[in-house]
Amino acid sequence: MIQRLLSVFHARNLEFIRDRGTMIFVLILPIAMILGMSFVFGGKERPLFKVGVLTQVVDTKAHPFLSERFVDFVAVKDSSDAVHKVSRHALDLLVDLKQQPVRYWVNPTSPKGYIIEKLLLQSDPMAHREPVSGDAVPYVNWLLPGILGMNLMFSCIFGVGYVVLRYRKNGFLKRLNATPLTAFEFLTAQVMSRLVLTMLVTSLLYIGIATLIRFHSMGNPFLLILLLFMGSLSMIALGLTIAARFASEELVSGLLNLLTWPMMLLSGVWFSLEGSPEWVQWVAKIFPLTHVLDAARAIMLDGAGISAIAPDLLYLAITAVAFLAFGAWSFRWRVE
Amino acid sequence: MIHFPHSTALSPTIGVHVSPPILEVRHLVKTYPGATPVTAVNGVSLAVPEGICFGLLGPNGAGKTTSIEIMEGILGATSGEVFYRGEPIGRRFKEEAGILFQKTALQDFLTVRQSLNMFRGLYSRGMDVDEVIKLCALDKLEKRDTRKLSGGQQQRLLLAIALVNDPALLFLDEPTTGLDPQARRNFWELVQSIKARKKTIILTTHYMEEAELLCDEIAIMDRGRVIAQGTPRALLREHFDEVLLELPKQEFPAAARELPLKLIETSDRVEITTNDLDGTLRKLMDAHIPLKDLRIRPPNLEDLFLELTGKELRA
Repeated sequence: MIQRLLSVFHARNLEFIRDRGTMIFVLILPIAMILGMSFVFGGKERPLFKVGVLTQVVDTKAHPFLSERFVDFVAVKDSSDAVHKVSRHALDLLVDLKQQPVRYWVNPTSPKGYIIEKLLLQSDPMAHREPVSGDAVPYVNWLLPGILGMNLMFSCIFGVGYVVLRYRKNGFLKRLNATPLTAFEFLTAQVMSRLVLTMLVTSLLYIGIATLIRFHSMGNPFLLILLLFMGSLSMIALGLTIAARFASEELVSGLLNLLTWPMMLLSGVWFSLEGSPEWVQWVAKIFPLTHVLDAARAIMLDGAGISAIAPDLLYLAITAVAFLAFGAWSFRWRVE
Repeated sequence: MIHFPHSTALSPTIGVHVSPPILEVRHLVKTYPGATPVTAVNGVSLAVPEGICFGLLGPNGAGKTTSIEIMEGILGATSGEVFYRGEPIGRRFKEEAGILFQKTALQDFLTVRQSLNMFRGLYSRGMDVDEVIKLCALDKLEKRDTRKLSGGQQQRLLLAIALVNDPALLFLDEPTTGLDPQARRNFWELVQSIKARKKTIILTTHYMEEAELLCDEIAIMDRGRVIAQGTPRALLREHFDEVLLELPKQEFPAAARELPLKLIETSDRVEITTNDLDGTLRKLMDAHIPLKDLRIRPPNLEDLFLELTGKELRA
């Protein structure tokens, strides 16, 4: 039995080691992820909370609350904009230390707001809570676009990436190549198929969840559909760029993970990037998912119109065209 | 008892190319780069006349599949040209050629009819799907998931897919490899019915019986080159003016090996080629060699194949 086991063990190891692309990738991916994440989330103290302080410059000696650890105190000048951010979970708390007693704003549905409020009251029991202007957005409402966006991302990128890879590996693409079908036609058909399916599934999910949690979008539903279309197109095209030529499941799987994980962490699926270093926000803006979520939240939570989300739509359109062009250029029908 | 073979009925042959070639290959070379570059095809030139079944034969690694894939337009050549009806292969070729690869997977979860409909939709003209289903005897399988077909049924479906555009030129790359004898014979009948429709067929095969039955003209490849080309009958006549006598090896004493005969020993038999049948039989009887299991037959394509490509196992 041991001999049989070792034979298979040895053969599989050779297979793995000799697949150079995968081997290099397996070594590089975790290192790159660790370095990337430590760069983004590392530092001396990683803040857990984000608090806006109505002041020009945050002076930690101005109030005992400002010396709390693991809290990122951000100086804000525009109080109405900051209150709006509190209501949208972009800030966990807003505090005005110039007033006596100290005034603060917190979204009563925010889990982080709940904790940071306790910390503030511990250091200043006299602090006075102000109502959040406008409707406070429940966390679940804020999260809904994130969850739908994440689902959309996985469905688009993996759905197309793995299917094309499977077609190439089993020779189906080679058979199609023997017909008058062009690479452009094949890729367009794949994109269209996934686009229709993703839009249908996401719409159904949205209707189901929104009914369940009694959520009503503030914005125009047709604008949401347009955003869904552009976002899906961009991410399907992104999946195609990876699947365009490779034939190793392990390599493609690694590359797809390399794309999706940073997007999941940095595009604002779970939490807002408000207050994070500027370069992190800049990196996050590269990802199509960030634009989908920013625009979706703007439409659903703030009732934004087309002019407000036009830059996001434009970015998604440009990336879709760029990824499709690259995917079509690098596409291979067969394993070389 | 002496077994006289059935007459080896070769297919009708076309001795002179009266029609212009439907496919012509000129000086084809394919080299795979690498630390030690491999030249799989080395200067192949062929002309396939319209309306015949052309067989491309050769041992494993001879360059058949590489050549045929270049002809099919799915693999680029390092140098050389392929012409379809006098033009470099292009869109018209793809519209008018049908291809059955050695191995093809289809989309999962589709039925036979759905798969055929999908491929039919890729061509601007072609046969009616019902007609293809009938031609390839898929009537009873049209609603079956393609993953649940047997090997023979799968090949019939792949042939149907290759025929769906009513091709003028049909490539069949080792179409019966792995099929049981019934399925193979059934497939041959299908190919013959396609031949009857005046289609041009380019067939690669390891089975000499298949080539002998189906091909009007053959080319034998070895080490990336065409080493013989012509009708089977002409090639046999060119390379053999003799008959072949076969005897079981255990009935052939060591001493008889000294006889002045053209002998070839295989693992289980001794083959004697001669153009003097009476004289050879007399020599064998004089040597007291038992002739009860003697078989006499004319040389066939397998003999020609082995004669030209050798009998040793290729590395």
